[in-house]
Amino acid sequence: MSGTRTIQGQKNLQNIHQASKDGIGGSPLRPDGTLKVKGEFAYSSDMWHEDMLWGMALRSPHPRANILSVDISEALKVPGVYAVLTHEDIPGSKYYGLEIQDQPALAIDKVRYHGEAIALVAADHPETARRAVKKIKVEYEVLTPITTEEQCLDPETYGYVHEPHEYKSHGSGNICHSQKLVSGGGVTDEIRALADVIVKGTYEVGMQDQAFLGPESGLAVPAEDGGVDLYIATQWLHVDRQQMAPVLALPEEKVRLTLAGVGGAFGGREDLSMQIHACLLALHTGKPVKIVYSRDESFFGHVHRHPARMTYEHGATRDGKLVFADCRIVLDGGAYASASPAVVGNAASLGHGPYVIPNVRMEAIALYSNNPSCGAMRGFGAVQACFGYESQMDKLAAELGMDPVELRQINAVTQGDFMPTGQEIDAPAPVAELLQRVKDMPLPPPLDLENLDVRTLPGALSNTSHGEGIVRGIGYSVGIKNVGFSEGFDDYSTARVRLEVIGGEPVAMVHTAMAEVGQGGVTVHAQIARTELGVEQVTIHPANTEVGSAGSTSASRQTYMTGGAVKLAAEAVKQALIEKGRRRYGWEHKDITLVGGKVVSETGGVLVPMVDLLGDEAIDLTREHHHRPTVPFDKETGQGFGHVQYTFCANRAVVDVDVELGLVKVVELTAAQDVGKALNPLSVVGQIQGGCTQALGLAVMEEIVVKDGKVRNASFTDYLIPTILDTPPIPVDMLELPDPHAPYGLRGVGEAPTVSATPSIVAAIRNATGLALNRVPVRPEHLTGTL
Amino acid sequence: MEFLRPATWDEALAAKAEYPTALPISGGTDVMVEMNFDVHRPSAILDLNRIGDLATWSIDGDTVRLGAAVPYSRIIDELSGPLPGLALAAHTVGSPQIRNRGSVGGNLGAASPAGDSHPALLAAGRDVFVEAASVRGTRLIPIDDFYTGVKRNSLEADELIRAVHIPVADGPQQFSKIGTRNAMVIAVCAFGFALHPKSRTVGTGIGSAAPTPRRAVEAEEYLRGVLAERGLWESGDLLGTEVIQRFGELVRDAASPIDDVRGTADYRKHALAVMARRTLTWTWNDYSKQIRSAA
Ligand SMILES: Cc1cc2nc3c(=O)[nH]c(=O)nc-3n(C[C@H](O)[C@H](O)[C@H](O)COP(=O)(O)OP(=O)(O)OC[C@H]3O[C@@H](n4cnc5c(N)ncnc54)[C@H](O)[C@@H]3O)c2cc1C
Repeated sequence: MSGTRTIQGQKNLQNIHQASKDGIGGSPLRPDGTLKVKGEFAYSSDMWHEDMLWGMALRSPHPRANILSVDISEALKVPGVYAVLTHEDIPGSKYYGLEIQDQPALAIDKVRYHGEAIALVAADHPETARRAVKKIKVEYEVLTPITTEEQCLDPETYGYVHEPHEYKSHGSGNICHSQKLVSGGGVTDEIRALADVIVKGTYEVGMQDQAFLGPESGLAVPAEDGGVDLYIATQWLHVDRQQMAPVLALPEEKVRLTLAGVGGAFGGREDLSMQIHACLLALHTGKPVKIVYSRDESFFGHVHRHPARMTYEHGATRDGKLVFADCRIVLDGGAYASASPAVVGNAASLGHGPYVIPNVRMEAIALYSNNPSCGAMRGFGAVQACFGYESQMDKLAAELGMDPVELRQINAVTQGDFMPTGQEIDAPAPVAELLQRVKDMPLPPPLDLENLDVRTLPGALSNTSHGEGIVRGIGYSVGIKNVGFSEGFDDYSTARVRLEVIGGEPVAMVHTAMAEVGQGGVTVHAQIARTELGVEQVTIHPANTEVGSAGSTSASRQTYMTGGAVKLAAEAVKQALIEKGRRRYGWEHKDITLVGGKVVSETGGVLVPMVDLLGDEAIDLTREHHHRPTVPFDKETGQGFGHVQYTFCANRAVVDVDVELGLVKVVELTAAQDVGKALNPLSVVGQIQGGCTQALGLAVMEEIVVKDGKVRNASFTDYLIPTILDTPPIPVDMLELPDPHAPYGLRGVGEAPTVSATPSIVAAIRNATGLALNRVPVRPEHLTGTL
Repeated sequence: MEFLRPATWDEALAAKAEYPTALPISGGTDVMVEMNFDVHRPSAILDLNRIGDLATWSIDGDTVRLGAAVPYSRIIDELSGPLPGLALAAHTVGSPQIRNRGSVGGNLGAASPAGDSHPALLAAGRDVFVEAASVRGTRLIPIDDFYTGVKRNSLEADELIRAVHIPVADGPQQFSKIGTRNAMVIAVCAFGFALHPKSRTVGTGIGSAAPTPRRAVEAEEYLRGVLAERGLWESGDLLGTEVIQRFGELVRDAASPIDDVRGTADYRKHALAVMARRTLTWTWNDYSKQIRSAA
């Protein structure tokens, strides 16, 4: 492997063969780490521009209403207000969307969800803007919102979220997207008859939020050429631009985006939020406009994780071999499509889990409703389904009287197996081994009732138990996730690498449009450049649209895709430099490489310092990295080579439950994951622990509570995410089985633990309480029968 | 908006008399949040942070006089002995940062049904008084009369809270709070309990399960009766499950909670019964140990 390349044999090379310890496989410090810890990092909300105005949106208090009139005259009269805009002021296309352009940039005649933006204000002070927003008069005809599955699927009775003639998706009725899948003999009565045991279940997943800490924010600066420069916290600069330009009626090259400091994303920044709004205001007023959402506005300003209702039926033989799985997954996509089609695709193609099942029937659909829009969130589609199929595995194991880990291992996929989509798993898939590894890890010590520390108990310092009611439980789970965009999408990445001498040293510069959202991509890019170019000094160019697309920071794909592009560009620069040397010095050696700032060869020793060879010239090359092509799934059968790569994580959860009060403390959450190759082991462990923690949130506390289409807890007072006292030790066992198709053999790591950890925690709570628990998050009411 | 910064208590009272709608600010952990959320647009803010003695406490005989601005972190560090119930409640408030700023005076000023001081103060006995002052003079408001409605208290427009008078504990006290995570959480419901061996009474306080913090008076009376009739104060003997159970039920029945986004009414009632049983058991075990070791 090139990452650990050393040149052996030649004594005179001993000192220079040391590959940089900060190359791949090392864990150098993040360039942004210290600043963030000290509170000095500039986030997008910290930006300031002379003469700038503040933008603010008026949002609908109703989930479904017709807009009879909008009167902006009083708002315009507020001193300090520069502009009040409605959809009528939009110069270009009025709609945008990631996959389906069904979302108006500002509401047109109707609102479809609580919090939909209707009008915009720009003023010289945020307080002025807020007051002006309150002076906009909107007359509504309030309609009964369409919010449940039953209502959505009966549009004749309850109405349409989008009128039938408005459909821009392939869907119909209130269905935004659907995907079926049949493999083997499907599920028929004859197939059912082959099973000795059948278990059925209905499972629900609540609406989780990404809960990133840095609210949506950005600064739009009008440019002299009539275009606009936007400094923005986002996940994908180029797709933002692609959606913005038509609305602004500008050619793409006049919409220039630069990444501003991103305070977390988790999928919530994959859609546009304030991008178009800030640019509309900036272009209209000719002044820079900054928009920063408040925390409550943030809850309305981005999409959430699709809530799901899932029905599963599994059949198995007496000895635990799965015979069939019949699944239906209904995802509530809310008012607009966002990423719903991809979420449905993942749910349908991964929703039976990492198991060999000869006969599968599956249907996944996303509804249009008047609930908040749902879209991308870490692990989408796979997270919801994993709670369903892993709950079923436990149920089946109980029915068969088998150990739940053993049942999973008996049916686990491995390399060479086929998914129900017909896609062969052509890379390592150590599912059974991952399960074994978490099972074999030592268990945490039992509760010590003699020397109790209340902080370690459910309720902690709330002092609800001194040992009373506490029962320990253990649960296991394993999950599967795809890496990269699927179903025929060519989400390529671009990287530009420049090598030149600065201050007497060879320095590499890496320029991509990758959104660093906290995942540590900038660290990894520098590591790759060090390893490939044999330099120590690497600078990372600010991410912007001057370079080609890097695709999205999502789908666990950035190290694979943009890391792969940096590798390609760096290799090209290396070859160019070596060629230059060959031309100048007439080297004949076949094994020339770059190490420790020198051009070296095993057979020729040190050929020349890179500084001398480069001289005043800079080598500056750009490369694109495309993953292997995939194809869309067949609409009816779900067959197709749809995914780029699979990733797997297994978990063991140990919980203490106060069974009388229904309070839970996760004592330990163990993870084992195959990462292919850990380019930065510290970051990888961080991703796995972070992913597990987000899954813990979904298991026991995180939910946007929506009643009749209205969000009830748009604040961190009532949308609870785990604190450090809720977060247990998370031992991580990392397996590195290289994927032959991936750069360095690596595997995307960010999402798999978010997929798999939730069901392990619920399984542990079931183990402690004996309750069925068919819904996450599990609330104290579920555990005490007081719902 | 006016920003008033009196240097002395008398100046503060004069300012409050002159600007009765001025919003006092102490730790600011409620005030600043509400201003950020645009809940308040006060005409004036009255900053009490320059008045040093508001952040002091003293013990006079059997009573702690707790300055309105003493932060929770100091209550935990300095007053766990004389005020164990309040110190346990203080432990459950917010995060270290909030405990460094937030105060009992502010908790009383806000008078939220979810304020964690309230159950502990209610349980601490009938000699708990809020010392309220104005240019017109000082009055001691019994804690039972202090909470008048959701986020309403019995302060007059020109009054400020100077201190709270709380009897030094003469028996074990406990405080329990339910939250759906293990730290930094607003109470779904809470319960404070205290044994008062000298007066042969017990104290209770229910939080987040009624429009105001309130006592479970029938539960107190029931237990007082049982303890007296059976001579348990003297013997320290076991209470027995029936008594504990009944006490829990009476506490539960004293609550009138609602369903909201934090929890259901049924859960709150259920949890109150459990917390009442447990806190009674813990305090009684401590008390009987004391009796036995004294015997
Ligand atoms: C993140 C966070 C977590 C929290 N967690 C909890 C919790 O777990 N439990 C809990 O009970 N509370 C909690 N709170 C609320 C708050 O911290 C408490 O209510 C605290 O006791 C308020 O004290 P303060 O000194 O900061 O009050 P301030 O915010 O200064 O004032 C609060 C109210 O009291 C009035 N006031 C203040 N001083 C006086 C005075 N001397 N005389 C008359 N009126 C006065 C103010 O005008 C205002 O109405 C939390 C708050 C935050 C931001």
